[in-house]
Amino acid sequence: MKASITLQVDGRQRSLSLDTRTTLLDALREHLGVKAPKKGCDHGQCGACTVLMDGRRVTTCLSLAVACDGAIVTTAEGLAPGGRLHPVQQAFLDHDALQCGYCTPGQICSTVGMLEEAKAGHPSFVTQGLSPQANLNDSEIRERMSGNLCRCGAYVNIVAAIRDAIGKGAMP
Amino acid sequence: MSPFEYERATDASAAVARVSARPNAVFLGGGTNLVDHMRLGIARPELVVDVSRLPLRAIERLPGGAVRIGAGVRNSDLAADGTIRSQYPVLSQALLAGASGQLRNLATTAGNLLQRTRCAYFQDVTVPCNKREPGSGCSAIEGHNRDHAILGASQQCVAVHPSDMAVALAALDATVVVLGRQGERRIPVVEFHRLPGSSPQRETVLEHGELITAVELPALPVAQHSAYYKVRDRASYAFALVSVAAALQISDGRVADVRIAFGGLAHKPWRAVRAEASLRGAPATEESYRRAAAAELADARPLKHNAFKVPMARNTLQMLLRHLTAGVR
Amino acid sequence: MDMLEARAIGVDRERMDGKLKVMGTAPYAFEQSVDRPAYLHPVQSTIARGRIHSIDTSAAGRLEGVIAVITHWNAPRLASDGNRELWVLQSNEVHFRGQFIAAVVAETLEVARCAAELVRAEYETAAHDVGFSAGRDDLYAPEAVNAGYPTDTDQGDAEAAFNGAEVRLDATYSTPMEHNQPMEPHTTIALWESDKLTLYDSTQSVHSVRTVVAKTLGLRPEQVHVVSPYVGGGFGSKGETHAHNILAALAALRAPGRAVKLALTRQQMFTLAGHRTPTIQRFRLGATRDGHLNAIIHEVVEQTSRFQEFAEQTAVPTRLMYAAPNRRTRHRLAALDVPKPSWMRAPGETPGMFAGEVAMDELAVACGLDPIELRVRNEPEHDPESGSPWGSRHLVECLREGARRFGWSRRDPRPGRRSEDGWLTGIGVASATYPRYVLMGSRASIRFDEGRYEVRIGAADLGTGTWTALTQIAADALECSPEAIHLEIGDTDLPNATVAGGSSGISSWGWAIVAAAQEFRRRHGSRPPAGAEASADTPEGADDETFAQHSFGAQFAEVRVNAATGEVRLARMLGVFSAGRIINPRLARSQLIGGMTMGLSMALHEESVMDERLGHIVNHDFAGYHIATNADVVNLDAVWLEEIDDRSTPMGSRGIGEIGIVGAAAAIANAVYHATGKRIRALPITPDKLLT
Repeated sequence: MKASITLQVDGRQRSLSLDTRTTLLDALREHLGVKAPKKGCDHGQCGACTVLMDGRRVTTCLSLAVACDGAIVTTAEGLAPGGRLHPVQQAFLDHDALQCGYCTPGQICSTVGMLEEAKAGHPSFVTQGLSPQANLNDSEIRERMSGNLCRCGAYVNIVAAIRDAIGKGAMP
Repeated sequence: MSPFEYERATDASAAVARVSARPNAVFLGGGTNLVDHMRLGIARPELVVDVSRLPLRAIERLPGGAVRIGAGVRNSDLAADGTIRSQYPVLSQALLAGASGQLRNLATTAGNLLQRTRCAYFQDVTVPCNKREPGSGCSAIEGHNRDHAILGASQQCVAVHPSDMAVALAALDATVVVLGRQGERRIPVVEFHRLPGSSPQRETVLEHGELITAVELPALPVAQHSAYYKVRDRASYAFALVSVAAALQISDGRVADVRIAFGGLAHKPWRAVRAEASLRGAPATEESYRRAAAAELADARPLKHNAFKVPMARNTLQMLLRHLTAGVR
Repeated sequence: MDMLEARAIGVDRERMDGKLKVMGTAPYAFEQSVDRPAYLHPVQSTIARGRIHSIDTSAAGRLEGVIAVITHWNAPRLASDGNRELWVLQSNEVHFRGQFIAAVVAETLEVARCAAELVRAEYETAAHDVGFSAGRDDLYAPEAVNAGYPTDTDQGDAEAAFNGAEVRLDATYSTPMEHNQPMEPHTTIALWESDKLTLYDSTQSVHSVRTVVAKTLGLRPEQVHVVSPYVGGGFGSKGETHAHNILAALAALRAPGRAVKLALTRQQMFTLAGHRTPTIQRFRLGATRDGHLNAIIHEVVEQTSRFQEFAEQTAVPTRLMYAAPNRRTRHRLAALDVPKPSWMRAPGETPGMFAGEVAMDELAVACGLDPIELRVRNEPEHDPESGSPWGSRHLVECLREGARRFGWSRRDPRPGRRSEDGWLTGIGVASATYPRYVLMGSRASIRFDEGRYEVRIGAADLGTGTWTALTQIAADALECSPEAIHLEIGDTDLPNATVAGGSSGISSWGWAIVAAAQEFRRRHGSRPPAGAEASADTPEGADDETFAQHSFGAQFAEVRVNAATGEVRLARMLGVFSAGRIINPRLARSQLIGGMTMGLSMALHEESVMDERLGHIVNHDFAGYHIATNADVVNLDAVWLEEIDDRSTPMGSRGIGEIGIVGAAAAIANAVYHATGKRIRALPITPDKLLT
């Protein structure tokens, strides 16, 4: 069965007619040529498909595209308009927070979304007390980023990159 | 995945009528469990009714101090809510112990309650499972059952309910508000999920077409001193081996009020009524906690690979009560 | 050895493919642009052994959008059955549960998968046997083990020496079946254009895939073009051609003019991408009271598939680690109805050094010796089994440097003494080793044009840093700046390159580039004309074995164990390595910490669980098969000794991709012992093992 939807993807309005079974991930990758989010597991267990949707980090492999009609989606590619890297992307480069790169776009979008959540005072499982989060310590960064698996084991540098990005004002 | 029609609901009653009328229709919330199951071939709906945009997304304080949580509230928003964090910290912690940041941004309150077991045999359509196909057999009883139940199981099914949130709700005496064709009904969360018995395919008391519209938390002073501990194989992003939600109030060195529920042990969140009975009025000591834990686990029936859950559950409960006694989280 | 003068090598440079990767625009195999793609979804057997009696594809074929449904009845015929893993859809035999038995090609992913689910197979099921144990009476000795090593070795009379030793350690260790699980699943796009086949692949060797696919399909190698510029991880699993490569090529023959796209699902990665065998290892050490080894006996039991042999070289590292006059190593295989095992990061060293380095820790306890001191006392002057002089051996320096940095001298050796807030803490140490391999057969070509040098070689970058490291090597070989180098890799149109395996890539390819640069300068001098070209191979003698060439290292770990729940968590971890000259510090560090993280994951989390009744891995996804998350990796770092190995390669380097995982799990297991007094000899060390 088909349905028609409209999405704003990386700043562009896109309209498509697709099978109701199509996930947002496959809509992006196979129908719109937007290949930044990756398919690592297709079952919500790895985070490689993470994008920002309406400002929030979400996995896309378990979202039906038809259910996302009207959404504003930003991928890692959209975070670097014209090739000008987002500070988080630059920090990942500076700290070699990647190796094979397959989980990386998901890590980037997850980081940007995570920083917004922290800014809005959202706690994590390791948060002590009730005060709004000022600066995230390493333990917070690790826990909040644990929804993004990295088999190459770049975690140490991912945390360093995020710490650096915070220090440079990525989360005022 | 087999083909299906998709509709977006604009009205709760209409959604109920729509799904009730078709045996092969389902509600869609965040999709993090349903779409997973559709891809695995476990769920094969012909009609999907998306209720995620219904106006069921508020968290409201009710007169008298109770809290009403809309069925569509995202797990992350619920966990971050100021009232929940300060008045019912165990609920916030339980939510944050589950899944990942991305999944919590999608998952809804109702969807979390309705999520199904992660038993590997249930999720594999090529092997026998009484829950998927009644009468076909339980592959876990004699199989790899490290993650499975030690309480309340049956010869037909030894699956465990995977939700952390539901464990906290069970400890807090929450109520599930449900809309059916006959109108609204209220179901205590401890009665919402079923034990497997001889019909493991029926996991909740919901009738087909009934829609969860809200979950209500009672005004509960003891909930302010509450916490959640989750024992996992890795430090994050894993289901519980054993988890405990507990709330404890001590007065004059004695347990004035207590609520306890376990996760990872049974087909539903396990409200520890024996442990609570043992503790009420008892001295707030290590010995009381040990006795209460032992009482609750006395009838545990371990399987070949999960005997460790017995000492793990006892120890975790004792540890959590100890922490709450000390005022430490 | 004519050494390169290092100007670009040794310098910390940003990863050249980094920008594309952080933007998500580096094209992995599935993302290569093709016209009118079609999608392939396989059908897999649900029995572990037997024959297919019938397959009903009628319902599948009727779905709108289905282009073809292939089974062994209508699949094109393959030419060569030399590799039974690749004998795809050629017979009705089923060798393991999950084997490809049919495939659907369709216009969309959704239709292909839905149609595949409608295919119904009936079987004549035979009893299967996947029971891995050391007690089987049909264990056999393979002719050789992986990488061509002898199956058994003997020196002196190990049994007698062990029995007569003053201190004896006799223990059995086990490691589970594991799966590589790169984040990018195995993927191929197959496109036929008349008699030419293009494969957009994700592989550790484009040339090897070309050779094997051509042979299997009965083509000339020139008819097969393999393209793989970016690989989303491999860790050995993409080192060999696998069944999905052949399936995609066959399916594409039935969808003429269409580029057929196949990516294995994560679930399929547990059956069709290779795995590391489980091992059961009996380790016997006999020593004098002051810790001098007199006998070392290492006997390994592991599995292979029945239809194609693979024998992991698990006991091989024991042949070089410590001195003892009486030695025995053994490998025995159980041939089972399982998929064929394959390479997984540091095959052999990884499981073998787990057993060996925990055994040494146990011996240290038995002798009342510090575990580092025990190792120092048994340092061999030359390779114990071959007698060859060491090319370079700095194990002791690594142990001492690590001890210094880790604060080892403050350690109270008695276990179970430190506890804080209900968490027991302990620290442990283990040695690491990995051979220095150079593989023969790589060729590099260099062409000068418009002020830059185009360097071409069919090498692979799996996240390993090849794009950057070879650019740095080429710059120094040609004595120009790295900005003047334009490197091309990952395509069979480029000169032949050996596999990214055995940590041999940079050594083998780099040497070919150095040789090509020398040839280029010899022919064209330092002011070459436009279009000047030269090529050369990795030179004769590069794999010379006069010296025993290995890298070594030391792993240190501190763990916390919750006394109530049994949870084990890393507190800190340090690796100190001796690996020759480091071409690029940040890339090397990433490889090392990546390996250590994989070792942590091996120690605490990873296990593929076989349900013997089904013949099938039960926990076949990322929720069931746990790999380390970000939260698990706490305070982990790697450092190295500054050195230049002038016996190894002209770059002075030895290879860095795998040693990081070696010894890591043992260090953690030894730390758990130190924290709790419990000696866990079976991985993974999960909470239940601490509680029971």
